[in-house]
Amino acid sequence: MKQKFDIITSTCVPLPLENVDTDQIIPARFLKATDKKGFGDNLFRDWRYDKEGNPIKSFVLNDPTYGGCILVAGKNFGSGSSREHAAWAIAGYGFRVVISSFFADIHKNNELNNFVLPVVVSEQFLAELFDSINKNPKMEVKVDLPNQTVTNLATGKSEKFEINGYKKYCLMNALDDIDFLLENKDKIEAWEKKQKNA
Amino acid sequence: MNTLFDKIWDKHVVQIVEDGPTQLYIDRLYCHEVTSPQAFAGMRERGLKCFRPDQIICMPDHNTPTHDQDKPIEDPVSRHQVDTLAKNTADFGLTHFGMLNPKNGIIHVVGPERGLSLPGMTIVCGDSHTSTHGAMGAVAFGIGTSEVEMVMASQCILQSKPKSMRISVNGELKKGVTAKDVALYIMSKMSTSGATGYFVEYAGSAVKSLSMEGRLTLSNLTIEMGARGGFIAPDEVTFEYLKGREYAPKGADWDKAVEYWKTLKSGDDAVFDKDITFDAADIEPMVTYGTNPGMGMGITQHIPTLDTVDAAGQISYKKSLDYMGFQPGDSLLGKKVDYVFCGSCTNGRIEDFRAFASIVKGRKKAEGVTCWLVPGSWMVDAQIREEGLDKIFEEAGFALRQPGCSACLAMNDDKIPAGKLSVSTSNRNFEGRQGPGARTVLASPLVAAAAAVTGVITDPRTMM
Repeated sequence: MKQKFDIITSTCVPLPLENVDTDQIIPARFLKATDKKGFGDNLFRDWRYDKEGNPIKSFVLNDPTYGGCILVAGKNFGSGSSREHAAWAIAGYGFRVVISSFFADIHKNNELNNFVLPVVVSEQFLAELFDSINKNPKMEVKVDLPNQTVTNLATGKSEKFEINGYKKYCLMNALDDIDFLLENKDKIEAWEKKQKNA
Repeated sequence: MNTLFDKIWDKHVVQIVEDGPTQLYIDRLYCHEVTSPQAFAGMRERGLKCFRPDQIICMPDHNTPTHDQDKPIEDPVSRHQVDTLAKNTADFGLTHFGMLNPKNGIIHVVGPERGLSLPGMTIVCGDSHTSTHGAMGAVAFGIGTSEVEMVMASQCILQSKPKSMRISVNGELKKGVTAKDVALYIMSKMSTSGATGYFVEYAGSAVKSLSMEGRLTLSNLTIEMGARGGFIAPDEVTFEYLKGREYAPKGADWDKAVEYWKTLKSGDDAVFDKDITFDAADIEPMVTYGTNPGMGMGITQHIPTLDTVDAAGQISYKKSLDYMGFQPGDSLLGKKVDYVFCGSCTNGRIEDFRAFASIVKGRKKAEGVTCWLVPGSWMVDAQIREEGLDKIFEEAGFALRQPGCSACLAMNDDKIPAGKLSVSTSNRNFEGRQGPGARTVLASPLVAAAAAVTGVITDPRTMM
């Protein structure tokens, strides 16, 4: 899962629904695995396949018009369950970036911890982006992590996005939080000692 | 500033990473079988042991069948996941309450009832409903599996500090209105993202009047409006509940603990980033009509029409009502019900079964309704039997099942078939949550019981 993140330019997969919860991203019955592999096959399972397992043609992942490693979704993406399987499914499918105007907290962290970049844009930028994709499914978006900008290459419009310096450094250098925490054990022990003596 | 959240959070800060998150010390990590295996695997890959194994408590709950728990789990994949937890806990030297252990149950029911979740603690679990433990006056929140691994490795987590919100519910709750209705009401006003980025302190006379069980229900549902967690400052109700519980402090330690717990409240000068007040008198028994828990209304009301929804949300709104088979403007009263589920970390405690029993006593289960009564733990099961509630259920044609998460998310065999309408005391009415194609109406145990004996959605106040 660890991979360096820099600048990504790609076509997009549009999902203009709001409140897409993690039960839709990966239904609970697929959470029984004990490793992180294969979740991409069941990403959006019940929207993507019918009861017999046949692809539902109208769903965007089954529509050859759309492709790329950027998912664009309506507001409040990833609400509900904390299941990191949702992030594994998104990463496993091949998405590197999710763009929305609003993310649920836990899911946002889960994406970051799996080297998928959640990019928060304004409602207006998002609406225009859906519009651009609708007009030309082959239009591209450029996500520039070093400069923290996202650009709709169809309109040329660009927005700055937020990410803290620490997490940006982790993503650009393929480091995770455990690497950091393990280097700080002395501080943890000092904290514990202080509590005991209090 | 000077909120109870600040006090507990700040006390647990190990360091603040420059231009980054806070490194927060975690007092208690709970693990269940679904969100822990990849964390254990990660620990093995890195060659690590758990940093503070004594602070980690594990139990299976999501996959556990609610019948014949003494036999091997039929589904081999579920069985493998449950067995993996047992093996991992043995390998890493962690406390494990396995199936049939009298201490087993839903992790969010067991933690508080065993006195493992205490005021002032920081508590995490790879499960969004970890917010439940906030009812004890703790800062408790759900995390992902990478974060579970962080806590196993270091007893710490890296998190940005959320903003603070106070939600006060003042006045007296009306007849038939439970903690579940309060939570569904708040969500219907706040939406499922209205508290994202915040940690919620519940306050006000209506909240303080709730029993510990009610407070656990309210805190449990905080995640459904996007907040990381919600809590209630500990008071006599909390102390009374905890006293004598297995893992709660004893003797002089107890006195010392209570003395400290009494200091755990927001200052009179506390400033919250957001302060919201509701009137208890406005709340009636609630039902949901859509596919997220924010889509709720009073049981006597009608489903909002499309023109009340903003333009960007209309596609989702229509999709939601289509899925449920409802029309804008519909009343839910009188809608035929196929399944009733009473249980889950939201409403699987003794008080919930007392409420259910109060309605079904002397009545009969409706023909054509399948009803699953699933205690949240073996301790709840024992209480039900001790109080003779099992006899009331039996006489009314209901059977008690064995503890677990069950039909809340249908990871075991308790699945609602496609197209069937379920009245459920659980926490999520998402598409397919209770089984592919299942239609879920979230409600209190009173509303669930009324549906179970009438076969249709019924206002329980007419039966009390």
